[in-house]
Amino acid sequence: MGSGRLYLAVAVGGFRRYATYRAATAAGVFTNTVFGVILVYTYLALWDEKPHLGGYGQAQAVTYVWLGQCLYATLAIQGGGAEKDLMERIRTGEIAVDLYRPADLQLWWLAGDVGRALFQMLGRGVLPFLFGAVFFPMALPTEITPWLAFVVTLLLATVVSFAIRYLAALSVFWLMDGMGVNQALMITGIFFSGMVLPLNAFPGAFGEIVRVLPWAAQLQMPADVLMGETDPWRAYAFQAAWAVVLLAAGRLVQSAATRRVVVQGG
Amino acid sequence: MADTNTDPSTQAGADTDAFIELDGVEKVFDVRKKTGFLKRERRQVRAVDSISFTVPRGEMVGYIGPNGAGKSTTIKMLTGILTPSGGRLRVAGIDPSRERTRLAHRIGVVFGQRTTLWWDLPLLDSYKLMHRMYRIPDARYRENLDRLVELLDLSALLDVPVRQLSLGQRMRGDIAAALLHDPEVLYLDEPTIGLDVISKARVREFLRELNAERGTTVLLTTHDLQDIEQLCSRVMVIDHGRLMYDGPLAGLHEVGDSERVLVVDLERELPPIEVPPARVVKVEGPRQWLAFPAAESAAVLVARVAAEYPLVDLSVREPDIETVIAKMYAEQAERAIS
Ligand SMILES: Nc1ncnc2c1ncn2[C@@H]1O[C@H](COP(=O)(O)OP(=O)(O)OP(=O)(O)O)[C@@H](O)[C@H]1O
Ligand SMILES: [Mg+2]
Repeated sequence: MGSGRLYLAVAVGGFRRYATYRAATAAGVFTNTVFGVILVYTYLALWDEKPHLGGYGQAQAVTYVWLGQCLYATLAIQGGGAEKDLMERIRTGEIAVDLYRPADLQLWWLAGDVGRALFQMLGRGVLPFLFGAVFFPMALPTEITPWLAFVVTLLLATVVSFAIRYLAALSVFWLMDGMGVNQALMITGIFFSGMVLPLNAFPGAFGEIVRVLPWAAQLQMPADVLMGETDPWRAYAFQAAWAVVLLAAGRLVQSAATRRVVVQGG
Repeated sequence: MADTNTDPSTQAGADTDAFIELDGVEKVFDVRKKTGFLKRERRQVRAVDSISFTVPRGEMVGYIGPNGAGKSTTIKMLTGILTPSGGRLRVAGIDPSRERTRLAHRIGVVFGQRTTLWWDLPLLDSYKLMHRMYRIPDARYRENLDRLVELLDLSALLDVPVRQLSLGQRMRGDIAAALLHDPEVLYLDEPTIGLDVISKARVREFLRELNAERGTTVLLTTHDLQDIEQLCSRVMVIDHGRLMYDGPLAGLHEVGDSERVLVVDLERELPPIEVPPARVVKVEGPRQWLAFPAAESAAVLVARVAAEYPLVDLSVREPDIETVIAKMYAEQAERAIS
């Protein structure tokens, strides 16, 4: 219980910290709205040619676009969440300060990232989504149950997303530099999460593979749950499994890193 | 004293005579350097090379040495974030790198060049976090916070985001953060780096009080020898990872084999005084300067001068330790070359 309050405080701090970047938030809302509009027209053109691509109707494709814009910053799909700070702290040796604290490194950063995600959802994600809902026809459920299920998948998606980025950040203990890792995170994140095209629409064996990779837990699962395209329990199980595997891997790498690897700088 | 779930007195080795214990501690870094395309050279750096010392509870010790001597590395091992490559290390009977989290409740750390504070948030938010992190009982937290805020003059800064604090303000903020949970020992790695004279004086004053009134054990590294002169009765000098000197500040003079100067005013102008082993280095009218080995008793010398010459007044000038240490470093370097 005592440590619950600690991580709650860390999450609140993460939320408040991102809340201080007002200009960045406003710019983000604008960008996500503009991108949403561009993508919607692209998708509509595509779905005109290929109706029911990936099993989605036009309204569903539109909904998918706006969900993507809403979750883009929330799930730090192209990076830029807690892992960015963590990489910097490892690189400069500032991590020393985190290590001598009586707190769990992974939980600490997870809590901070959840706080960040919540802020970016409310501050940056909701507005573009509302904009989309007002100006474009969407396929949104009218009962409450899918929305509740959606919230659960969102939480799990946040954890999976964090777990991927945490692992990536830890690599800086060995690489001493986060540039390459950040680029890899960005490309894999955008492509394998289905930011470009829903993963449902990927054909053949390639499609089969991308749909079971952990990135599928981020945007595809919440979207399918919200639009009733998949059984929520199947989605939870898929996400939870990846969360457990990736967090455990993170833990393993973390203990190797802190045992073997050296804290930089005097 | 410390309100943690572990009672110090029940721990083996956590008695008063050796709160911090190092026995032949070493830290070797493997450094890989690119020497060409795909070619890498591996080199080992002995940052800490077989160091042994003990620090009893309640002592305030200075840990000094030139850049790259191994001071920060030692402190990192003491906090448990670096594992020694060899030797035995105990703090309050605990092996820091094995039980880092348990030990963390009993130690406070300030790295002068880093901050534990939350950069974008008000100072007070960081303290609230410490409250939770160290599970400080509410009443004690409030009491400690009030005391530290007063002593370190932080009241006007509590609502200021840390990134807006000046270096000296931030340092005071960091020191308070390290002490909210009543640590038994405080490690300070260059706590006065970059501070102005007034800020330095304030930090020193605070540390002196902390040590005297709360009995907190303090280990402090610095490049400012005034910190040591004003705070520490004991000093350890480290160079190239080796302990060169461990003892009272005054004793450094003997090791550094330096000289003190006796200034005597005589009744009238006289030829240079002859009282070996002192030798006259300067004569100016009736005033003469006599250099003598710092280890020699000044009293004996003064008595002899007074007995043999018409003495009016005198004063003794101590060599400043900067000179002493510079000399020690230089001698060490010479020995290394030959
Ligand atoms: N992460 C590291 N990897 C490789 N070598 C390191 C590392 N950290 C420290 N060293 C080496 O260990 C030695 C001691 O470094 P340390 O930081 O302990 O010195 P210091 O006494 O604190 O010096 P300063 O007064 O400059 O802070 C130096 O030679 C340094 O180059
Ligand atoms: Mg140092």
